[in-house]
Amino acid sequence: MEKPLTSWGRYPVVECNQESFVFTEQLEKLADRSEDFIPRGNGRSYGDSALGKRALTTLKFDKILSFDTAKGVFECQPGITLSDVLQVIVPQGWFLRVTPGTKLITVGGAVGSNVHGKNHRTEGSFSRHIIDMDVRLASNEEITCSPTQNTDLFEATCGGMGLTGMVTRVKFRLKKIETSYIRQKQIKAQNLDELLSLFDKYQHYSYTVAWIDCLTKGKNSGRGILTVGEHAAFSELIEEQKKEPLKLPSNKKLNFPFTLPAWVLNTFTVKAFNFLYYLKNYKKEMDSVVLYDPVFYTLDAINNWNRMYGKAGFVQYQFVMPLESRQGLVEILNRIGEKGMGSFLTVLKVLGKQESMISFCREGYTLALDFPLRKGVLEFLDELDEIVLKYGGRIYITKDARMKPDMLKNYPELDKFKDIVKKYNPDGKIRSAQSDRLLLTEPK
Amino acid sequence: METVLVLGATSDIGIAIARKFAAAGYNIQLAARKPEQLDAVKSDIEIRSGVSCSTHAFDAVKYDSHAAFFNGIKPDITIAVFGTMYEEEDAFNDWSLAETMINTNYTGAVSILNIAARHYTTQQRGTIIGISSVAGDRGRASKLVYGSSKAAFSAYLAGLRNKCFKDNVHVMTVKPGFVYTRMTENLKLPAPLTSTPDEVATIVYNGFKAGKNTIYVKWFWRYIMLIIKNIPEFQFKKMKL
Ligand SMILES: Cc1cc2nc3c(=O)[nH]c(=O)nc-3n(C[C@H](O)[C@H](O)[C@H](O)COP(=O)(O)OP(=O)(O)OC[C@H]3O[C@@H](n4cnc5c(N)ncnc54)[C@H](O)[C@@H]3O)c2cc1C
Ligand SMILES: NC(=O)c1ccc[n+]([C@@H]2O[C@H](COP(=O)([O-])OP(=O)(O)OC[C@H]3O[C@@H](n4cnc5c(N)ncnc54)[C@H](OP(=O)(O)O)[C@@H]3O)[C@@H](O)[C@H]2O)c1
Repeated sequence: MEKPLTSWGRYPVVECNQESFVFTEQLEKLADRSEDFIPRGNGRSYGDSALGKRALTTLKFDKILSFDTAKGVFECQPGITLSDVLQVIVPQGWFLRVTPGTKLITVGGAVGSNVHGKNHRTEGSFSRHIIDMDVRLASNEEITCSPTQNTDLFEATCGGMGLTGMVTRVKFRLKKIETSYIRQKQIKAQNLDELLSLFDKYQHYSYTVAWIDCLTKGKNSGRGILTVGEHAAFSELIEEQKKEPLKLPSNKKLNFPFTLPAWVLNTFTVKAFNFLYYLKNYKKEMDSVVLYDPVFYTLDAINNWNRMYGKAGFVQYQFVMPLESRQGLVEILNRIGEKGMGSFLTVLKVLGKQESMISFCREGYTLALDFPLRKGVLEFLDELDEIVLKYGGRIYITKDARMKPDMLKNYPELDKFKDIVKKYNPDGKIRSAQSDRLLLTEPK
Repeated sequence: METVLVLGATSDIGIAIARKFAAAGYNIQLAARKPEQLDAVKSDIEIRSGVSCSTHAFDAVKYDSHAAFFNGIKPDITIAVFGTMYEEEDAFNDWSLAETMINTNYTGAVSILNIAARHYTTQQRGTIIGISSVAGDRGRASKLVYGSSKAAFSAYLAGLRNKCFKDNVHVMTVKPGFVYTRMTENLKLPAPLTSTPDEVATIVYNGFKAGKNTIYVKWFWRYIMLIIKNIPEFQFKKMKL
């Protein structure tokens, strides 16, 4: 039955028939039917990548198949969330090698978007750590692929937005940890130049990320706070923490109880929030040892925080600019400052080298900004697109809900990717609202 | 640690219940018609919870196999989750469908739970939990055969509770209202009245710990059904329910 469905940005709304499965036989039957479909995980992509006429939801296909606690190898069905994975591996002294800024995504979604974390320079994207995986193709045949087996399928599935088929099993490597704590340092920067030089100065840290205030104009434009971190060794914990070095964070959460009216988040409140956020770090530099949750998953502490942006929803605009195109970053920040179309929380990260076919990640600076949907926003984002293109940047497909197909031209292996999709999904049976919009599948 | 047998372990509610008891440290026996389907559920439960878990072949309507099946594994707690629901209009016209519902939901349940109850009363210890349904609380057109099979099952569980009490055996009846499962995926269910399999599992586990007799999931279904049960028949028979 078709019902209105959205992903995390609550825009766009698509009439979608969602179907789930617990056993392979059930998936087989669903995939055998003639209607098109798109694989869907936990719908944490922001736009329309996991939306279509029919979505096959993996959330009940979430079983752990094996966990080698000596070698740190984990094997599972795609519907398990990273949160559930952590719950099992952390007490055994293991961690995810790559994690995005929320743990409420599925392993299938991590593959589909080939997600990156705050350690892209050192660890790459999620798929770098995959040993092998199974993919159910449009023909309903299931095949195994890896960096050495059926390599074209493997490469096009990592970051392929579900278009090569449904990932049904993933085996990947974990990272050994002594404790579940992070030793972090936070440093304030007065403007973008200082912030970027801090990134350079602290690049030997595993994890680096900055919050930036995008509404301050002039000489303080781009001021922010850089956070860098390392997994803490046992000896770095205080006595209290040593009692349970592999402690799991509590699962208690706040809930954002209702959808805020759109006017509440206006330039003034966003400015005030960012001002206070900047001030909360009263010292230039602060050190602490904290559990991993607040460092990696700040926003997960509030359920349904996406309601904050009002009924119409919001789009997240995440782009990457090549390292040498700092000017592009400045131009975009200036445009946003001028427009006063401020984003509540703006995150800046540095990415390492591109390593897979269709992945968003390439060496450069990436900025993620939220824009509540209101009049003029979509047009404004089109303007930003031009700047991104001009400087050789790209937009992160998994966050996108609105760009034009042209924006994909800075993905260097786009044509190769499309060819592989065609090989494994020849009639475009697997398609999403997004793949239709971006012409990744041929329109019907 | 004690062992829990889940009969009908391929259902969404069955898997959720198995995970819940495993997380609390119970060893798990999963039983279903196609036990080979349960390999992934078994590894999942063992890895998540560190308990031991086994899978077993069980068919509710193969009554003759029940004694050997049960006596081969002798769990401490037996939970009957299996059940079948067909379109009532189809079942009205096709006896084989009606018969399958009756035989699965009622006859098969009585067959296996009698065997469990005999074992538990002999050893003066044990627990039986049956997943019935609010649909059994009052007969109505839209749940004609399914509802009456669940009504019979609920009455059986109440009788069994009464019979086994003196032998220190506890019987708990669970009556879910709407639950989001594959059984109901294509129905439009009213969100505030509908629970998830995980919610059902938590309520079943807490009810078991508290030694409850009959629990409704969610709790307000008790009152909804109370009202429905109290509508006079001369009025009720004219309603579309
Ligand atoms: C608060 C927040 C922070 C985030 N931070 C980051 C970040 O730091 N880095 C980052 O990279 N991303 C980040 N993201 C984006 C998010 O990690 C990705 O969108 C991720 O793919 C979502 O996973 P999901 O399980 O919700 O998948 P969905 O949103 O349901 O699907 C996403 C895509 O994956 C495909 N897919 C899902 N399951 C399968 C499968 N089994 N087989 C094949 N394809 C499949 C879908 O078809 C779709 O194209 C963030 C998102 C949020 C909400
Ligand atoms: N969903 C609801 O809204 C709801 C509401 C009230 C009560 N309930 C009750 O909750 C229980 C679980 O239902 P569900 O919603 O989770 O539905 P479900 O997924 O359809 O589960 C039904 C289960 O019963 C099993 N089964 C059917 N016939 C069997 C037989 N002859 N022998 C052994 N097992 C058999 C099925 O096994 P196979 O995999 O072998 O088919 C399946 O595991 C049922 O008793 C149902 O009546 C459900």
